[in-house]
Amino acid sequence: MKKVLVIMLTLLLSMSMLAGCGGGSSSGGGDTIKIGVFEPASGDNGAGGKQETLGIQYANQVQPTVEVGGKEYNVELVIVDNESDNAKAVTAAQSLVSQNVSVVLGSYGSGVSIAAADVFADAGMPAIGVTCTNPQVTADCEQYFRICFLDPFQGTVLANYAWENGMKKAYCLSKLGDDYSVGLVNYFVEAFKKLGGEVVEEQFPDKNSDFTSYVANAKKAGCDVFFSPVSTEAAALIIDQAEAQALGMPILAGDTWDSNVITGAAQGKNVEVVVTTFYQEGGNADFDKGIKEWIEGDSTAMTNNGGNSDVAAVTAMGYDAYFVALEAMKAAGSTAPADILAALPDLTVSNLVCGDVSFNEVGDANKTEAFVKKCNTETGAWDFLKKQSAE
Amino acid sequence: MGFIHTWLPYILAGIAVGGQYALIAIGYTMVYGILRLINFAHGDVFMWSGLIMVYLITILPLWASVILVILFAIVLGTTIEKVAYRPLRSAPRMSIMISAIGVSYLLQNFALYITGGLTKTYPTIAWLQKTVQIGSATTKMVTVITPILTIVLVFLLVMLIKHTKIGMAMRAVSRDFETSSLMGIDINRVITVTFVIGCGLAAIGSVLYFSNYTGIQPMSGAMPGLKAFVAAVFGGIGSVPGAVVGAFIIGVCENIIKGTGWTTFSDAFTFVLLIVILMVKPTGLFGEKNIDKV
Repeated sequence: MKKVLVIMLTLLLSMSMLAGCGGGSSSGGGDTIKIGVFEPASGDNGAGGKQETLGIQYANQVQPTVEVGGKEYNVELVIVDNESDNAKAVTAAQSLVSQNVSVVLGSYGSGVSIAAADVFADAGMPAIGVTCTNPQVTADCEQYFRICFLDPFQGTVLANYAWENGMKKAYCLSKLGDDYSVGLVNYFVEAFKKLGGEVVEEQFPDKNSDFTSYVANAKKAGCDVFFSPVSTEAAALIIDQAEAQALGMPILAGDTWDSNVITGAAQGKNVEVVVTTFYQEGGNADFDKGIKEWIEGDSTAMTNNGGNSDVAAVTAMGYDAYFVALEAMKAAGSTAPADILAALPDLTVSNLVCGDVSFNEVGDANKTEAFVKKCNTETGAWDFLKKQSAE
Repeated sequence: MGFIHTWLPYILAGIAVGGQYALIAIGYTMVYGILRLINFAHGDVFMWSGLIMVYLITILPLWASVILVILFAIVLGTTIEKVAYRPLRSAPRMSIMISAIGVSYLLQNFALYITGGLTKTYPTIAWLQKTVQIGSATTKMVTVITPILTIVLVFLLVMLIKHTKIGMAMRAVSRDFETSSLMGIDINRVITVTFVIGCGLAAIGSVLYFSNYTGIQPMSGAMPGLKAFVAAVFGGIGSVPGAVVGAFIIGVCENIIKGTGWTTFSDAFTFVLLIVILMVKPTGLFGEKNIDKV
């Protein structure tokens, strides 16, 4: 009896392993070009990563082929999960390289991109960051480009917004060891102090879900604004506590918070949430309509988008990134990573939903403005406030 | 007065989170007392109770879901014991410990598979999440309910252990496993009851904990579980009142440290405490003198 059970279990295990291997060999035919999608689908940034991937998938749906060097290719997406974890990110990046993709898109979250940069550099693989805003992503890596604005810019924009709206003392909360939130808080603090503001800085450890004391600290310190550009998972908990303890000051955050996770958490609560972001829903009517129809018609996409069809800025950015990659291939006239890499620095792409993209000498996109949005707690949608520049 | 005015929010939060740790810590401490096993899967049973609640509430009324969640945790806990621990009872202690770690990872990864890695939002229990004003502090109702409920439950549990037949059997088994079995105590029954109590309390703890901190993801059980374990060691592992006192102390200290501006070190404190206790007083606050026969 026991032996039979052992044999059955062993068989079951080996079967599932075989099934796992089977998935990779479906790509046949010579006319396929592979684009690697390096995004988190689980962990702290899972929700955001899935939304960014959605944009890429939708773009692939809209434009499934590309003509490179006079030949028509089908574009195949190779999607890996970097699990929002700096260690796992390296493995995920290596698996993309070994699957011979031509170019990599992603990731959501700067930490994993920085961790994977070495792998892409060693392989000579061009990578296009979609919404990783930490300067370090492209600074030391020739192979990394990006289509979004940077944290020094975003931090200044946020500081300007806060100062212009009469906020004199800011409470800044970041996550210990998280490149994105720590970086953005630093740039915010720098800019805010330069304007004459006062700051209180605190950090919370990994896996923390008790934000009671941080909210109490902000109240105790008599701050005018609660700045916490952390992951959306932590954000939902912070909003919850802010309501429970009657925080009484606006919560300010960066691009990460432009997500329906936040609007969902804030809906019906007495909180004020303001974010800076890349894209304003309604900015491009055709794109909005098309992607909403696609999400509504696909139940997996709907789940990955958090249960409704609101378009997150990262989704729009993912869509843009895909077209930047296609343009780079066309300009290179080749599907070899090395040729695409050579073509990227001189590329200018227009007709995108979040504005034109061209790269500076470091490989960053030239962007001069960010959108400021405020969460409408009655309707659970974002209200556009203004365009804010860094000056 | 000024002192209380400033510190009340932190102390309230600390007592509440302490009560929630206590409900988890009892599971650790009782299982250890009887089996000499650190049940690493306990924190994940706690996480699963929260996750099941998210799914149940969509089809059932609140009271029914809460009861079913408690039943679910009990069934899960006793099943784990039957499948993963019982066959290894005569094996070296290390094997059963590794089995516990395996179960813990299995539960986490299964949750990852079910949820797709996304955080689930815990359902709103309006009565528990109502905002209340206590002195200078504004907080949720659950903060007030938790310590009261915890103390009532612990009182009942201590009564059970002290004054009932099964409680007497538990005490006997925890003192000497083999002799009590020779005296005709049904060991399996005692162990099952231990898991029933431990997991039931963890499920109640999960309702309180996740009503306050409403996000659940596969790793949500890890940190509370670890801290509850530290609380159990701090109070003297094997002792129920010890675990409760330890949990309250850890909860309050953690929040006061956050209040003094040392937020970065709040978790470090918990684990430094563990090291210090193990060095200075390995049996913990209420632990019995170690007469281990191994």
